[in-house]
Amino acid sequence: MALDKTTTLQAAVASLQDGMTLGIGGWGPRRKPMALVREILRSSLRDLTVVSYGGPDVGMLCAAGRVRKLVFPFVTLDAIPLEPYYRRARESGVLEVMELDEGMFEWGLRAAGMRMSFLPTRVGLGSDVLARNPGLRTVTSPYDDGDVYVAMPALKLDAALLHVNEADQLGNTLLDGHDVYFDHLYARAATRTIVSCERLHAQLALDPARAQANRFERYLVSAVVHAPAGAHPTSFGPDYGWDMAHLKHYCASALAAEGWAAYRADFIDAGEAAYLDKCGGAVRIGRLPLPVF
Amino acid sequence: MSESTAITHAVTLAELMIVAASEAWRDNGELLASGITTIPRLGASLAKLTHSPELLMTDSEAYLVSEPVPLGPRGDYQPKIEGYLPFERVFECVWGGRRHAMIGPTQIDRWGQTNLSAVGDYAKPKSAVLGVRGLPGNSLCHANSFFVPNHGPRVFVSGEVDMVSGVGYNPARWQPGMRRDDIDLRLIVTDLCVMDFEGPGHAVRVRSLHPGVSFEQVQAATGFPLIAAPNLGTTPLPSAEQLAIIRRLDPHNLRGSVLRDNPPAVRQAAERAA
Repeated sequence: MALDKTTTLQAAVASLQDGMTLGIGGWGPRRKPMALVREILRSSLRDLTVVSYGGPDVGMLCAAGRVRKLVFPFVTLDAIPLEPYYRRARESGVLEVMELDEGMFEWGLRAAGMRMSFLPTRVGLGSDVLARNPGLRTVTSPYDDGDVYVAMPALKLDAALLHVNEADQLGNTLLDGHDVYFDHLYARAATRTIVSCERLHAQLALDPARAQANRFERYLVSAVVHAPAGAHPTSFGPDYGWDMAHLKHYCASALAAEGWAAYRADFIDAGEAAYLDKCGGAVRIGRLPLPVF
Repeated sequence: MSESTAITHAVTLAELMIVAASEAWRDNGELLASGITTIPRLGASLAKLTHSPELLMTDSEAYLVSEPVPLGPRGDYQPKIEGYLPFERVFECVWGGRRHAMIGPTQIDRWGQTNLSAVGDYAKPKSAVLGVRGLPGNSLCHANSFFVPNHGPRVFVSGEVDMVSGVGYNPARWQPGMRRDDIDLRLIVTDLCVMDFEGPGHAVRVRSLHPGVSFEQVQAATGFPLIAAPNLGTTPLPSAEQLAIIRRLDPHNLRGSVLRDNPPAVRQAAERAA
């Protein structure tokens, strides 16, 4: 097969540019493309607009000063409700924010995927989401009801970063886990989608039931990177759960003087292979139990 | 010691609040009951197992379950799955209105507006919390109740909340054509009392006081004026049956760590013991 979109973490991140708007898939501390995020931290990429249902992806990029603007409904680590590095950036006043309801955020991705300038919704009316985002406008129904809606603008992404369970060289993907959140909408909203995967195949050959785990078309995928344990320390069902000990260590680093520099030196700077070794290896990560809610 | 006294001594305030929370979902009909965090979740679970079996519930992840899932590590318990409700479908449920959620906001004001985003100046907040999450949509589209484990003026603020995440009954926030007829705020269950929005113009009203708590004490802990319900009573203690269900649903006693020092339901009982 001639089509081969496989590449390396380094090459995938090298294709991104300063100032880009990046959508990061997953949800809080679940299904985050952390190997790609770590590779961004190893690069010089900066002035990013990050669009995310935020977890440690947002926290780490904030800690490293790479985020100019954050488009988000929340940032949390679930069992650790408050993300320390997001909080520090937010409370310092340096972070430009577009804070949205979770559903408005979905609507923005959908609008971008449908090549619409906006989608109407009642959600946001009466709240400070409108007051704090003066760029958001309302629209009046052209029908007899005359209802007023928020015109949720398209959240167009220069690139989407996703981590999937399986992929092939052509860009076909399989997303497992109990809930795969809104990854398909990020892919549709983005000019280019970079996918990292647990397992890489030459070409997927599926039975009909298995094919239902394919949530978006391969023409949306520009690059495929093989990155086992690439969602660590977030949870990635059914392959592994979140690494709560690691997340606690990461959060504790925010309390120490030069804590981020130490975390970065300990885990990130030496590369992804060293990261996995430092975290006990893919075998240990593969044994991390899925979270119980 | 009589049996009733023994129960009184054993019952915790958290358990009384679970029973009070469960009342939020009585006679709601067939809709999704979402109790977020330990006490609201146990309240919804208790409602489904007692007075309101028609409620829909999830395993707090992605599946609809026919029986509430116990909290914490489950051993060999297998959730009894009857359907699928990932977040994408939760949003569809929200917009359709067939849901009653109970959450714990950081701030609540006299109009029922809530804040989960940031405390202080928005540009440079004193405390960044989670973000507005789904509150703007939830509050506009379906029934909502609130849970407050630390009733005080920092939660029940005197003016408006610092960042209106969940909307409420403040007329100044609505312009012509903005429909707000689906706003439906029900109960506020706190560690002092149960309140509702059934005063004049949806004013916050104290519905029942927890044992040993006075109306004046609640008013002093609230940043805006409260109304006492005409039939203001005492929040009922859990029955033996309710307690047995709560203990089965929460085998690891996660409810025991929600409130500071896990106080007893009847405050005088604690003072006598001390």
